[in-house]
Amino acid sequence: MFEATELNAQHARTEKLYRILFGLMAVLLILPVITILTVLVVRGGPAISFEFLFSEPINGMTEGGIFPALVGTIWLVSVALVASVPIGVAAAIYLSEYAPKNWLTRAINLAIINLAGVPSIVHALFGVGAFVLFFNFGTSILAASLTLAIMTLPVVIVATRESLQAVPQAFREACWSMGATRWQTIRHVVLPNSVSGILTGVILEVSRTAGETAPIMFTGATLFLPFLPETVFDQTMALSLHLFTVSTQVPNVPEEVQYGTALVLIGLVLSMNAVSIGVRTYLRGKKKW
Amino acid sequence: MAHNAGALDRRDTAWYVDKAVEWLVFIGGISAIIFIVGIFVFIGKEGFGFILGRFDFAEFFFSPRWTPTSLTNATYGALALIVGTASVTGFAMLVSVPFSLGAAIYIAEFATGKRRETLKVLIEMLAAIPSVVWGFIGLSLMNPLIISVFNVPLGLNVLNAGIILGLMAAPIMTTIAEDALKAVPDGYREAAEALGATRWQVIRQVVLPAAKNGLVAAVLLGVGRGFGETMAVLMATGHSINIPSSIFDPVRALTATIATELGETAEGSEHYQALFALGILLFAVTFVINLTADLFVRGIKDK
Repeated sequence: MFEATELNAQHARTEKLYRILFGLMAVLLILPVITILTVLVVRGGPAISFEFLFSEPINGMTEGGIFPALVGTIWLVSVALVASVPIGVAAAIYLSEYAPKNWLTRAINLAIINLAGVPSIVHALFGVGAFVLFFNFGTSILAASLTLAIMTLPVVIVATRESLQAVPQAFREACWSMGATRWQTIRHVVLPNSVSGILTGVILEVSRTAGETAPIMFTGATLFLPFLPETVFDQTMALSLHLFTVSTQVPNVPEEVQYGTALVLIGLVLSMNAVSIGVRTYLRGKKKW
Repeated sequence: MAHNAGALDRRDTAWYVDKAVEWLVFIGGISAIIFIVGIFVFIGKEGFGFILGRFDFAEFFFSPRWTPTSLTNATYGALALIVGTASVTGFAMLVSVPFSLGAAIYIAEFATGKRRETLKVLIEMLAAIPSVVWGFIGLSLMNPLIISVFNVPLGLNVLNAGIILGLMAAPIMTTIAEDALKAVPDGYREAAEALGATRWQVIRQVVLPAAKNGLVAAVLLGVGRGFGETMAVLMATGHSINIPSSIFDPVRALTATIATELGETAEGSEHYQALFALGILLFAVTFVINLTADLFVRGIKDK
């Protein structure tokens, strides 16, 4: 009854053309990730060994392993989490459960956007001015971690706020009508229903924090230290800064060591990221409301 | 009656705990504002000393001579650094904007199901690669590649850093642009389709115009991301003070200048304060970019 006209065929061709064009653009964005990962695994893989992960760099960092840097990154990330998770979760609870629609809430949201958007080197300057000098923590794990904590605070706030808001309003109303206070409702109904969402945010923050370099360069991380940090007032090596060091600051570092360091760093960051995405996808499938 | 009023008064422990928590989370909430103001105050404290004292507007913005370590004649011309940052960010946007918006259109309008999810996850992975790893890639993969492909003596230049930066800024642009496209009500699409428009006609003449503000915001946030990037730009630009005449020239960025020089300056010195003044410039520009992007995003929500 209806036959495809020349015009229809032309439209179909146009559409197919654009579909392929845009699809290709998407693929071209993805291709570098895959290429980069492949090259890092191929060139860095042979360097990875028990000795590489658990021994100190020796001979001007041209041999040996990355153990102090690995331990330092764990220190930095842990202290940063201790500082930022409570503040971030509190901020998210305020924004999701208490905040009225007014100028203050608007200002808070703008501040969060800007905290996330300010260049990392500006956070570093702040860290130097505030934590290293003003609060007199010196160049230490504490100063570096607090700088990182403020920088990645938006990650925790945004993820937590989202998972709190995903809890249906009816849950809260049911609880209030039983005579519960606001906090009792949050504590016993809202938080238990969103705790895994908060967890994905925290894991994402770990991933972000572990990869940052600029904010820790002048606040607590050093190029080389022959011993491990013992308190938060010590300086430390860090994996991200170590990659910068072995690829730009020290001459004659074998390629294998450079690629190995890059592989460990990106492996750490991407596996954390993958866990976070995995948990999120799993939860989305499990949601009953 | 007094007895009844007492029964209604619920100031028990739970009530006090509730009030205390309300205050506590309020402090958490305003902490973001405190930190932003804190950043401004602490950077300003060091930087304004330079701006009010040694600072010379004409020299700072129009002289390419950044020689803060010169003993006899230290000059603070940031022009070459500003041009360096602008050229790398500009080239990155030139490469990245079409691809990011194209990918966003594909993900929002064409792709479905598993393929769509996979693309989104991979783009999220792209966003997760740390900046120092990008710098390393620029240094050890792109550098030799550019030298052999274009037959130039040095592969650390605007081209190298631009491509790296383009890839780094792509995820945020794609994600925000996709959100903007998704925010266009399906009723718009259905109405156009009912009039006989093809899929592409719907996208071009209905969806894209309706999502325009969000797309502008996406590009702005991409610019902000590129502008503030530090480690990758430091490692891939060649880091030499230069007004580039082609994409094969090395340059030096504002951010990278702070990153390399801060460690070598004495606290409170003129040079040290000048670096904080660069920080104020970076802070101000990104602040304006973020604010503008937010206004554009709010524009779509209010409609």
